[in-house]
Amino acid sequence: MEERIGFEVLLPGLWTTVQDLGRPGYQRFGVPASGALDGFALAAANGLVGNEPGAAGLEITLVGPVLKVMAEGLVACTGADLGFSIDGEPAAMWQAHRVRPGQVIAFSGRRFGCRAYIACAGGVAVPPVMGSRSTYTRARLGGLAGRALRIGDRIPAGPLPQGWRQRHGLALPRNLRRYGLPQPVRVILGPQLDRFRAVAVERLLGAPFRVTPQSDRMGLRLHGPRLVHRGGADILSEGVAPGSIQVPGDGQPIVLLADRQTTGGYAKIATVISADLDFLGQAAPGERVTFRAVDVAAAHRLREERRGLLAAVAAFTGTPAGCEN
Amino acid sequence: MKHAPRIMPAGDEAVLVEFAQEIRRETNLWVRALAHRVMAEKPRWLREVVPAYASLLVYYDPGEGGYDKVAATLRALAGDELPGDLPPARQFQIPVRYGGEDGPDLEWVAAKVGMSPDEVIARHSAPLYVVYMLGFLPGFCYLGDLPAELAVERRETPRLSLPAGAVAIGGRQTGIYSLDDSPGGWRWIGRTGVRLWDPRRNPPFLLQAGDEVRFVPV
Repeated sequence: MEERIGFEVLLPGLWTTVQDLGRPGYQRFGVPASGALDGFALAAANGLVGNEPGAAGLEITLVGPVLKVMAEGLVACTGADLGFSIDGEPAAMWQAHRVRPGQVIAFSGRRFGCRAYIACAGGVAVPPVMGSRSTYTRARLGGLAGRALRIGDRIPAGPLPQGWRQRHGLALPRNLRRYGLPQPVRVILGPQLDRFRAVAVERLLGAPFRVTPQSDRMGLRLHGPRLVHRGGADILSEGVAPGSIQVPGDGQPIVLLADRQTTGGYAKIATVISADLDFLGQAAPGERVTFRAVDVAAAHRLREERRGLLAAVAAFTGTPAGCEN
Repeated sequence: MKHAPRIMPAGDEAVLVEFAQEIRRETNLWVRALAHRVMAEKPRWLREVVPAYASLLVYYDPGEGGYDKVAATLRALAGDELPGDLPPARQFQIPVRYGGEDGPDLEWVAAKVGMSPDEVIARHSAPLYVVYMLGFLPGFCYLGDLPAELAVERRETPRLSLPAGAVAIGGRQTGIYSLDDSPGGWRWIGRTGVRLWDPRRNPPFLLQAGDEVRFVPV
């Protein structure tokens, strides 16, 4: 089939990558899961333009790109408010917009959040690698040539779904949107609680931490009171789950995100629950994060709530509900 | 030998099964046995497993099974005897060109350990190694145990780019890089032409944890 070009990149923004809901199933081969850090926002954007929730879109970080529309279709922008505009006019987020060739999508500046998502009807149609279109830049896997977008890139789009024109103006009701950082972020303590002094847990759950500019898709690097180990920071390397809060020797925690390595050798004091991972993707440098401990059963109830909201988005937009994430 | 593992939550979608805190082949065999059993059993809640030196991280779908159910199943599958049903490890002969452009650190290693390059090659290619785990980068294999007399420290400044098939050593381990253009701090002594990664193959990586590897100088 002839390739349809959705956008041409006039300016790439700070760090814009192609992401879907990730590349599960290959962690035992050392392949990170990757995928959108705010998976809810990507799924919602996809629903609005008539895609499946796991279609690939663009993940935009802090400073948005400038994109020239190359083919008619629909776009929706969700997640962080970075000043989404079409042809210089502010455009509503969480809403499907019909676009025509020659129009320009741009971002006027950040108001809140860290990562915005753009979905286009038909999805970003880069070739899948190991079942996913997500970009893992460290190993140059997936996405557009395995890297962040550059000036002049042409972004392929899939075929337009049936009835796409009718979706113009479709907006997600406020009660089906989800953004901002819940305070405190909820964690399950461990798995290496025994490698920390009691005061470390008190500090983790009592003090605010600040997001540092060194944060990226691998991990949210935090600065706060020192989390003191008992018997050193190093453990034998083992598999690391998303949301793991690993603490290297300097006592400053790093919350591991989608592009984390599959195994790691630092003691982990706690793990952020799956329902709160989307929010971590929206924590911008300088923002404050606090933590609260919950048990696994509570985490599973919160996970169900998130899935329920995703199902409601799918029902509202008349798109299939996701099975993963 | 009895080995009751420690089982604990790693967040709300993964369970960590820890057998020990040591790099030993016997311990790693327990990891391989549990990985094999849980993948053969295919419980509905199973998503994927990540074997490491002495632990197995098991990802599960909480919609199909709560933590207690998953932990109990894993405890039962781990058992307290090494399984007789564990299939023998797959064995691979990996041809390696040592030294020169294919292993620019060979001379440095030889000088460091006080041997000739040929002797380093002979000792590096003598053991039957086990792939303890994959990690660090897609397809990177951690193999052990490297003969103690070849143990050297890592480079102070890691290389920015090693090619697919590069064979390197660090501490008591040796490693193989599967993907092109990988960064790495280990000493690069050889290179294999075997295709370790092919995204169209299933699984796309040739080697997996528990495999046994012998390097054959060519």
